[in-house]
Amino acid sequence: MVLLEDSRATVTPSTPDGPDDEPRAVVTRLPTSDRVFRGVARVAGSAVLGIMLLVGLFLSVQAWPAVRKAGWGFLTTQDWDTEGNHFGVAGVLVGTILIALVAITIALPLAIGTALYISEYAPRRIAPLLVNLVDLMAAVPSVVYGIWGFFLLQPHLLVVGNQGEGLPRWLTTYFGWIPLLSVDEYQPRDPEASASRLTSSTFIAGIVVAMMVTPIIASVMREVFAQAPPGEREGAYALGATKWGMIRSVVLPFGRGGMIGATMLGLGRALGETIGVVLIISIGFVIQPHILQNGGGSISALIASRYQESTAIGVAALMGAGLVLFAMTLVVNLLAGVIISRSRSGASSEA
Amino acid sequence: MTTTIEPRTTLPERAADAGHEVRRSTGSTRKADLYVALGAAWGSLALTALLFTRLAPFDGTLGFVVLAFVFFVAFYGLLVGLDERGPTVRDRIAAVLVHGLAVLMLIALVVVVVFTVYRGLDALGHRNFYTQDMRDAGPLQPLSIGGIRHAILGTLEQISIALAVTVPLGVTAAVFLAELPGRFSRFVRTIVEAMTALPSVVAGLFVYSSVILLLNQAKDRLPEELRWLAVGKSGFAASLAISVMMLPIVIRAADVVIRLVPGTLREASLALGGSQWRTVWYVVLPTARSGLMTAIILGTARGIGETSPVLLTSGVTAYTNANPMREPQISLPLFVFNSVTRPDAGMISRGFGAAAVLMFLVLFLFAVARIIGGRPAGQLGRGQRRRRAGRSYRDAVRFAGRERARVTNRDDEVST
Repeated sequence: MVLLEDSRATVTPSTPDGPDDEPRAVVTRLPTSDRVFRGVARVAGSAVLGIMLLVGLFLSVQAWPAVRKAGWGFLTTQDWDTEGNHFGVAGVLVGTILIALVAITIALPLAIGTALYISEYAPRRIAPLLVNLVDLMAAVPSVVYGIWGFFLLQPHLLVVGNQGEGLPRWLTTYFGWIPLLSVDEYQPRDPEASASRLTSSTFIAGIVVAMMVTPIIASVMREVFAQAPPGEREGAYALGATKWGMIRSVVLPFGRGGMIGATMLGLGRALGETIGVVLIISIGFVIQPHILQNGGGSISALIASRYQESTAIGVAALMGAGLVLFAMTLVVNLLAGVIISRSRSGASSEA
Repeated sequence: MTTTIEPRTTLPERAADAGHEVRRSTGSTRKADLYVALGAAWGSLALTALLFTRLAPFDGTLGFVVLAFVFFVAFYGLLVGLDERGPTVRDRIAAVLVHGLAVLMLIALVVVVVFTVYRGLDALGHRNFYTQDMRDAGPLQPLSIGGIRHAILGTLEQISIALAVTVPLGVTAAVFLAELPGRFSRFVRTIVEAMTALPSVVAGLFVYSSVILLLNQAKDRLPEELRWLAVGKSGFAASLAISVMMLPIVIRAADVVIRLVPGTLREASLALGGSQWRTVWYVVLPTARSGLMTAIILGTARGIGETSPVLLTSGVTAYTNANPMREPQISLPLFVFNSVTRPDAGMISRGFGAAAVLMFLVLFLFAVARIIGGRPAGQLGRGQRRRRAGRSYRDAVRFAGRERARVTNRDDEVST
């Protein structure tokens, strides 16, 4: 502090005869090109901001009449009768969450396995190819996964034939005592039992959505795993760790934040997935907690199947549902962003 | 005192002829490992087959595969455990599980692709599938009539319009976020990141209720210049929905890529006296080129394949409509969705054919992205390396010639 107060601490050399030196005023004069560049960039930024805010505001304003009419009942009503003023998203909201949870439960081990394989086990020569394959899988249109689920997975792998042989029947036969896995009015040991109780279920829709989100999760995780510091990897090997020991003690702890973030990113996508769910599920508006049973639904499927409602209040109600969905994905994505950026993998290149 | 001086180093005695050394293999797999894996695989297959055919009332392909894999892991662990200690056994089992999951993922991808192409083969084999639209093809017409020309055209037009909106705006906005940091750009970045969470169907709903419903109601009250915006269900509305969905994705990916450009490169350019604009144009953007390309192409792939925004905005038609501003204009994903929900086999075949075409389109885009932007800046291809070597050689020749000329000049001066 002393140095700062004493103005003589630095001695400015001055010519003996001339006037004392004065500090120059530092002015940065931007060249015209820079001023134009900054102006254009600012305008683009503001335009993007404007568009995004417009979308958010428009949705809120349009949804307002319906939300005001339904009040808090919008979140608790299990019906969609916009004419009779009795509508709410409770059923589809629960359905959305259940589908997303099923999807994440299936996608998570698959994604971890794939990411670990690419970053740790795959021969160096084919690893880039596998990275491309996973990226490609993320780019496969969702409708393709949807028709795969509807025409192959459901009739040929999961609910086969009139008896509905497959994983869902097995699960409900032996684990039906868990409320989540039970199926109403279905006797698995009854030879007359119809397979249609087991089709178009939350579980099958969840598998289809899992196929869509797995590559997204795997691709983020692979990047996180690849950034585990080589020094610590070699340290683990030098201490005699096996490859799995090294992965458990270096790669996984290092990538924990990234893994959680990637999972939540996938969860965000799973919540908003539309076409796969529309193709599989026949939508219902009552809370349907049995994931193996016919029926269920999601908010996005509700919007896709009901958007042609001509009444103003019907569209407004769909807007409200869309807003609820957006709020959910927003919270999940923001949390994911915070977690990913907190993990060490987010270091910038300036450091 | 006499001290004997011991020799400081002692040479080991060598046999007269040690023979040449045999190179050791440093690979970590032994033959025994292979035998153990094969044995476990055989054993598990046999036991599962026995269970399924003789002992238990099990059936189903999926169950067979799952049970066989479980037995394989158990047998493999047991066999390895005979020779090795705990950590090694765990290591081997983990390796088997990871390999199994990766293979499962690969199988899933192959099955999705092969199944779609296989079911679409009937339709894909007809040439009229690519050159006609569906105007003459009712649901019960054979596959030799009607095609997806209208959907291909629609997809290409819609994605072109969406790209024309999102690429300039998105990349400029990303440059703004990365190059002009401040409170405002931080705010914009937060909003953009929030909007990446926007579900695609909500983007479609937004355009549906704003452009299609609201503007059409207010069409007569609009000023003359804005009336073109009230387009109804059309290709333009669909591309607006795709743009709203793609814009945050492109901006976010491009922003990440631009921020990865090393700060030292920027500083070097500024230190050489370059203005900020020149730094961005000649240093930052070329360095980030491959990443930017990837960001755009991945956004495009997403935009092309997403059905839900198009479902709400473009409308369904059987006619070829080249004008995106008027009348419905169908696109590939919507065509797929629309045909596979019909009950008749012909339409379902056409749907699968269109899905295969859509997938090939995405694959093609992917390949283009890898070719154009495949290498990060600074890593050169073979041709580029050869040209650089050529330039370097010519420079060397030129320098040598100049040096020779200088030396002879000096000699001339000395001699005079």
